[in-house]
Amino acid sequence: MSATGIGAAVRRKEDQRFITGKGQYTDDISRPGETRALFVRSPHAHAKIKKIDTAAAQKMPGVVAVLTGEQLAADKIGHLICGWMIHSKDGSPMKMAPHPAIASGKVCYVGDPVALVVAETLAQAKDAAEKVAVDYEPLAAVVDPAKAKAGAQIHEVAPGNTIYEWHLGDAKAVDAAFRSARHVTKLDIVNNRLVPNAMEPRVAIGEYDAGNDSLTLWNTSQNPHVARLVISAFIGMAPEHKLRVIAPDVGGGFGSKIFIYPEEVACLWASKRTGRPVKWTSDRSEAFLADAHGRDHLTHAEMAFGPDGKILALRAKTIANLGAYMSTFSSSVPTYLYATLLSGQYDIAHIYCEVDAVYTNTVPVDAYRGAGRPEATFVVERLIEVGAREQGMDPAELRRKNFVKSFPHQTPVIMTYDAGDYNASLKKAMEIADVKGFAKRRRDAARNGKLRGLGYSTYIEACGIAPSQAVGSLGAGVGLWESAEVRVNPTGSVEILTGCHAHGQGHETTFAQVVADRLGIPIENISVVHGDTDKVQFGMGTYGSRSGAVGISAIVKALDKVEAKAKKVAAHMLEAAERDIVFKDGKFTVAGTDKAAAWGDVALNAYIAHKFSGQELEPGLKEGAFYDPTNFTFPAGCHICEVDVDQETGETRIVNWTAVDDFGTVINPMIVEGQVHGGIAQGVGQALLEGAVYDKDGQLVSGSFMDYAMPRAENFPPFNVGTTVTKCPSNPLGIKGCGEAGAIAAPAAVINAITDAIGSEEVTMPATAQTVWRALQKANRLRPAAE
Amino acid sequence: MYAFSFHRPTTVRQAVNLLAKHEDAKLLAGGHSLIPVMKLRLASPPVLIDLSRVEGLSAVELKGRSIVIGAMVRHADVARSKEVREHLPALAEVPGAIGDPHVRHAGTIGGSIANNDPNADYPAACLGLGATIVTSKRKIAADDFFTGMFSTALEPDEIITKVSFPIAKKAAYQKFKHPASGFALVGVFVSKRASDIRVAVTGAGANGVFRVKAFEEALAKRFAPKSLDGLSVKPDGLNDDIHASAEYRAHLVGVLARRAVADAIKR
Repeated sequence: MSATGIGAAVRRKEDQRFITGKGQYTDDISRPGETRALFVRSPHAHAKIKKIDTAAAQKMPGVVAVLTGEQLAADKIGHLICGWMIHSKDGSPMKMAPHPAIASGKVCYVGDPVALVVAETLAQAKDAAEKVAVDYEPLAAVVDPAKAKAGAQIHEVAPGNTIYEWHLGDAKAVDAAFRSARHVTKLDIVNNRLVPNAMEPRVAIGEYDAGNDSLTLWNTSQNPHVARLVISAFIGMAPEHKLRVIAPDVGGGFGSKIFIYPEEVACLWASKRTGRPVKWTSDRSEAFLADAHGRDHLTHAEMAFGPDGKILALRAKTIANLGAYMSTFSSSVPTYLYATLLSGQYDIAHIYCEVDAVYTNTVPVDAYRGAGRPEATFVVERLIEVGAREQGMDPAELRRKNFVKSFPHQTPVIMTYDAGDYNASLKKAMEIADVKGFAKRRRDAARNGKLRGLGYSTYIEACGIAPSQAVGSLGAGVGLWESAEVRVNPTGSVEILTGCHAHGQGHETTFAQVVADRLGIPIENISVVHGDTDKVQFGMGTYGSRSGAVGISAIVKALDKVEAKAKKVAAHMLEAAERDIVFKDGKFTVAGTDKAAAWGDVALNAYIAHKFSGQELEPGLKEGAFYDPTNFTFPAGCHICEVDVDQETGETRIVNWTAVDDFGTVINPMIVEGQVHGGIAQGVGQALLEGAVYDKDGQLVSGSFMDYAMPRAENFPPFNVGTTVTKCPSNPLGIKGCGEAGAIAAPAAVINAITDAIGSEEVTMPATAQTVWRALQKANRLRPAAE
Repeated sequence: MYAFSFHRPTTVRQAVNLLAKHEDAKLLAGGHSLIPVMKLRLASPPVLIDLSRVEGLSAVELKGRSIVIGAMVRHADVARSKEVREHLPALAEVPGAIGDPHVRHAGTIGGSIANNDPNADYPAACLGLGATIVTSKRKIAADDFFTGMFSTALEPDEIITKVSFPIAKKAAYQKFKHPASGFALVGVFVSKRASDIRVAVTGAGANGVFRVKAFEEALAKRFAPKSLDGLSVKPDGLNDDIHASAEYRAHLVGVLARRAVADAIKR
């Protein structure tokens, strides 16, 4: 391993600009003649729009335009779409309701845009927005997903507010297995709704160039090419080649910036109508109402055990709340990204899952860090932990007994696990966490009035989404390969153009490490270009921990081509046969001789083309590749959480955290550890602190940081992080992906620890002090007085 | 934020005159409650009177058996004041637990108690120590000062100039922080002086800070956590919201009071 190659903890190149305030985020960009946009949003969860009067607003100082949904429709701007088709059990397609960028006729959630004010300054836009008079006729709001089917119908296309009733697996075989079970564990689970809250709020700038009849969108996107494709092909804003999408530095996404949002469409449209650049910057309060939320599942799940503790079958029935409209990838999250992971790390012969997706009058719900896999892991890891307790078995032992031990392993829910060693990560985690010493620590804690608990989460996830044919057969509207171009300059420096997009992951460092490792050149001589559809070839963007497994694989494939071409050039330079050229440590040599050419010389020769005939060998050194994976990747591991619960207040404090993950090949262990830390923090946030709360009228009552608790450093002990490695067999470097593991593993580990501490399973997320206190009260009441 | 006119007086007299002259004026004394609601356009005072340049409001002094804190002393300065830490350490803990470093370096004691947020910390310290609030007009006992949620005994043209805290031998503040806002979900300040035992509760009361007479009487017999065993406040009239039920808040009042007494005894 070199100092900067694969496996080296290289400091992040991009941090120089990020931590010195030199980053260029979308809001840092100002266009000549720019105007500011402000959205007038619905204060009602569900209402008819009887009339919108914009006359007074139009007359306000500085106002350039006041635009409504009717004008949007008149200009034939298409609706936002959900790009993954799911069919119900009965074969009917999902009920996708029309979703205009600006509401027309009715509003479906608090925050639904009803008008767009464009003014010279933001203050003027705010003043004018107050003069937009909207006459609403409020309708009954549907808030509780469990009651959505009986609620007021939100969209004409969806009777019973039902989007689909989907299922996966063999119900009959599962029922038979349950009938033969010695023990059945049953749980009702709420997977709480989360607000993503990336540090950088969303921003969009639309700019129309009348001279070229073209549009440019600067936005906070995780996948600018997909945004361009959708805005062009489905929304019809401009032909694809006349629309440029630039996503510059982006300050965190966690999924929430994958989607194509109303504001981006509206800013482009408004720019075209006004002839001025139109910029919208979300503020934090607006982000709570305008960014897609995450999770929000209600699940009843059961696990059947045989006499020896062997899991015979699992079944789950989930209601997934997708909110008021179907966001871009919303349909896939509670289906193929969820039910396909219900086998966990275990060899389970029979699994059946039913998912009803419903509309409610709430913010649309879509992928959020982990997207479906945290929900699946929570179901499986709660079931096995509770199953162990109910059967008087050690939870680690029960897991061990049921682990998948040979690979490849075909689950009953589509996935083929390719490699792993679940016992190894469990064993290592138990050693690091000193599980042996837990009983003593528990006694010591009890002396201080604390209830100590320990919880496991042996999670698995599917990353590297995904083989295009496979996802196509499951309903995806796009392929999920990735692209790369390696441009070698005449001086030997290299630019990597990637279809991935970095918004905190450190691609500029890790991608450069891969190239440095391969070409033997300093990482300073490598730059990574991404995020601009005019610069970079079509790519699918970054989400689902795919940039390493899929994006880097495309780079490796392009590097193969570069090396092959460079060898041809070197052969001409060194007057040797191409097959005798050996490339190692940045040097081309002729096997068995001392003849050599340095990387830089070969690059220069490729461009000056003096040593070979340009007819025989094309000049230049630039290669592209599209890499389509052959399987998902399957990161897995074991997290162990140890908590102290204050008996009097119910407050939970995490006292130890151990994470042992198998991510396959690690490019940069420092960056990976950072990803693990961040993931755990978000997972613990879900478990202990975060929860979007709506009142019965559909008002988001946890709509600010005064009411919505984000995790803070003070909520965590130092993390003990370790790794085990089984390489992924399906991609060239053996990478599995690490971006979501913490968020997937953590919630179950926390809740398993708390329920272990208090001896009651009745703890819902977020496990606030009050929630735990109530569970304690109830458990104490139920306990025999003698105890 | 809407437009407003801005005044920056340098004496209490000037400030009082401005306040008398402009009916809807608001005093700016740190601004950590006022500015956010102005930015959200939920408040739109036409006139702001900034007290940051007013002379004589920024001292922390030991005067006899009292700690006297100027109205414009920032939370961070109280928290690290040598006089306060030495003579009344429980009082230093109160501002130290407010918000975050930004808030503590801008927010002031006068601003906090004049606002009388039902979840704020300082009202508990004032009531829990039997402080005297000194204004441009008079002296007001803490018992008479806090009159309800976001309301005080201050008259429209009256400005707090300082707060005088009698030094208590034993005192402590226990705060159960709201995990999002950092405000007190419940906070309990207890103190014991020769003649006076006080238990003041913030965060829990629908009408703001209040004293718990039953606890005080029990502690008067013996100042020990055990004296409070079996005692509790009734949930009726306590705050009940998405963060905590009245029942849970009532329970926390008892727990925190016992812990505060235990802390106070250790001093």
